[in-house]
Amino acid sequence: MRAALQLSEAGLKVAVLSKVFPTRSHTVAAQGGIAAALGNVTEDNWHWHMYDTVKGSDYLGDQDAIEFMCRQAGEVVYELEHYGMPFDRLENGKIYQRPFGGQSQNFGGAQATRSCAVADRTGHAMLHTLYQRNVRANTQFFVEWMALDLIRDEHGDVLGVSALDIETGEVMILQARATLFATGGGARIFSASTNAFINTGDGLAMAARAGVPLQDMEFWQFHPTGVYGAGILISEAVRGEGGYLLNKDGERFMERYAPHAKDLASRDVVSRAMTTEIKEGHGCGRDADHLLLKLDHLGADVIKARLPGIREIAIKFAHADPVREPIPVVPTAHYMMGGIPTNFHGQVVAPYKTGPEEVVQGFYAVGECACVSVHGANRLGTNSLLDILVFGRAAGNQIIEDLKRNSHHKHLPGDAADKALGRLARLDSQKDGENVSQVGDMLRKTMQTHCGVFRFADLLKQGVDKISEVAQRARNTEIRDKSRVFNTARVEALELDNLVEVAVATMVSAQARTESRGAHARDDFPHRDDDKWLKHTLYFSEDRRLDYKPVRLKPLTVESFPPKARTY
Amino acid sequence: MKERERARWRCRRGLLELDIVLQRFMDKHYATLDEAGIRQFETLLDFPDTDLWHMIVQKDEDEGKAGLQPVLHLLQSI
Ligand SMILES: Cc1cc2nc3c(=O)[nH]c(=O)nc-3n(C[C@H](O)[C@H](O)[C@H](O)COP(=O)(O)OP(=O)(O)OC[C@H]3O[C@@H](n4cnc5c(N)ncnc54)[C@H](O)[C@@H]3O)c2cc1C
Repeated sequence: MRAALQLSEAGLKVAVLSKVFPTRSHTVAAQGGIAAALGNVTEDNWHWHMYDTVKGSDYLGDQDAIEFMCRQAGEVVYELEHYGMPFDRLENGKIYQRPFGGQSQNFGGAQATRSCAVADRTGHAMLHTLYQRNVRANTQFFVEWMALDLIRDEHGDVLGVSALDIETGEVMILQARATLFATGGGARIFSASTNAFINTGDGLAMAARAGVPLQDMEFWQFHPTGVYGAGILISEAVRGEGGYLLNKDGERFMERYAPHAKDLASRDVVSRAMTTEIKEGHGCGRDADHLLLKLDHLGADVIKARLPGIREIAIKFAHADPVREPIPVVPTAHYMMGGIPTNFHGQVVAPYKTGPEEVVQGFYAVGECACVSVHGANRLGTNSLLDILVFGRAAGNQIIEDLKRNSHHKHLPGDAADKALGRLARLDSQKDGENVSQVGDMLRKTMQTHCGVFRFADLLKQGVDKISEVAQRARNTEIRDKSRVFNTARVEALELDNLVEVAVATMVSAQARTESRGAHARDDFPHRDDDKWLKHTLYFSEDRRLDYKPVRLKPLTVESFPPKARTY
Repeated sequence: MKERERARWRCRRGLLELDIVLQRFMDKHYATLDEAGIRQFETLLDFPDTDLWHMIVQKDEDEGKAGLQPVLHLLQSI
């Protein structure tokens, strides 16, 4: 929506497709805030923010893109404020900021205070602000439309998408001089996921099926505290207020793993510690498969006043009132660092012609579905709302430039919709096929068991076979309802195709990377290996081939931050 | 005709907590709703995610909620 706004305000004709009403996008779930070194509470500057982001990425982030993002952070936040986003305020009227993990002053010094928020509704406010503004600028919305496949011509240029109008069941071709994907994440490939059901990685799968590689798919951030069995995220704020984790013996085990930061150590550290506890038999419950988050010692008053939302979630989904009893939690898939490779102008780049980073003409990607890469191997909290704003705007500007040069539609190939129609025809004619939700369950279980927080050589190897079997079964899914109007079974079958692409890319990329870096933790290769692995993975769907390309270590104007051990 | 399927798709939300509660509602209660109940449910589905979620978890006797009973109550009890 940020990119659409840029285009509509420049007088271009813009169609925004969304599976659900745009303000019900998953961004609505973001509560923590958006990072920008405004320095309203403690001294801060973009260069420190850049350092934190590079370090947080475990040096896999591209430093040109990171500099670009951190430099523009203030501007995009003030722009949102100008659009009417009701940021929380300090007494002096400036935008209020709160501290978040991984934020430091002076290149690794004291805690910085960098995240701007609208109470616990930052994402909600952002979506509504941008939606209203787009309506005013005459952006045309196609609500409950699902893009199915990318259309490329014989030169590889992107000419638009085929899409399904969910209400009528019609498949249409949307021809465009520029096509931008902002389709969000795909953490529904895991059984334990904080993501909403719509996050099925559609954009990645469409790109992969059209021959565009997927970058760094082995890197998924697991949030330490998702509600056991349901996945809903319990914010770090609970541990910030003094809550802590217990194993089945009632031991506060984080003291052993991170003596200083304890329960507030970074997400990957806490998630790994929890997984180790469970693996060593210290998990809680009948299946010894989760841990407990204790906060009753904070007292009913503090919990009710400062963590009311958390209490409601615990009661509803864990049947535990945290005023009296601990919340069962488990590390839960949360954010996808990988995605469609782009440069910092939002242009999709791939090694499909002569160089390793050739621009795919007419194709742009932004947000969680893209890999710019500013998050590298590990994203810092509140950096992704910043990512979607900065690169949404940048991609909008780039499209405006590119369209000045390409003022006419290119010729649409005769088979433009064949790929999508073929998949639908297969689904309609399938006999004695597989059940969509069963195959989906098998996919999620396979990913959870074989490619979770900790990765083991033998499990990954078996995982590649198992996920191939899932992919095979997914090719034969059958749906009973063959009608057109609002056929949600068909939509879910198409989403499963997309989950499969994302899952296979993840498993194959993870098996190949024999080091531990950021969120990718190998049991057999516990250390980062910069000599061999300071490079981005590229996965090609058609033959499951892997290729690699160098990390961009050179920023735009400042000196490079060379890789160092990442300690907090 | 496909009222149920339409409602089922509109239960797809940005908040996972709503996805889960609304799916449970579809499985457990939707089939028992009368015409008025279906209208109430559709009205509720039109609320923004964060507002709908607060209506479900905060069981205050807000006057604005009166017209949405008994469906809101069913959602709260899930
Ligand atoms: C619980 C939770 C809390 C978070 N909190 C924070 C936070 O505080 N700060 C922060 O910076 N980040 C946070 N994140 C991460 C952040 O919210 C996401 O990374 C970000 O919102 C993704 O935005 P997006 O625009 O890329 O995608 P989304 O907001 O997911 O939007 C994707 C859009 O694409 C549409 N779409 C998808 N597929 C198709 C298709 N096939 N056809 C048509 N339309 C399609 C969808 O309908 C949707 O409108 C949080 C994440 C979670 C899960």
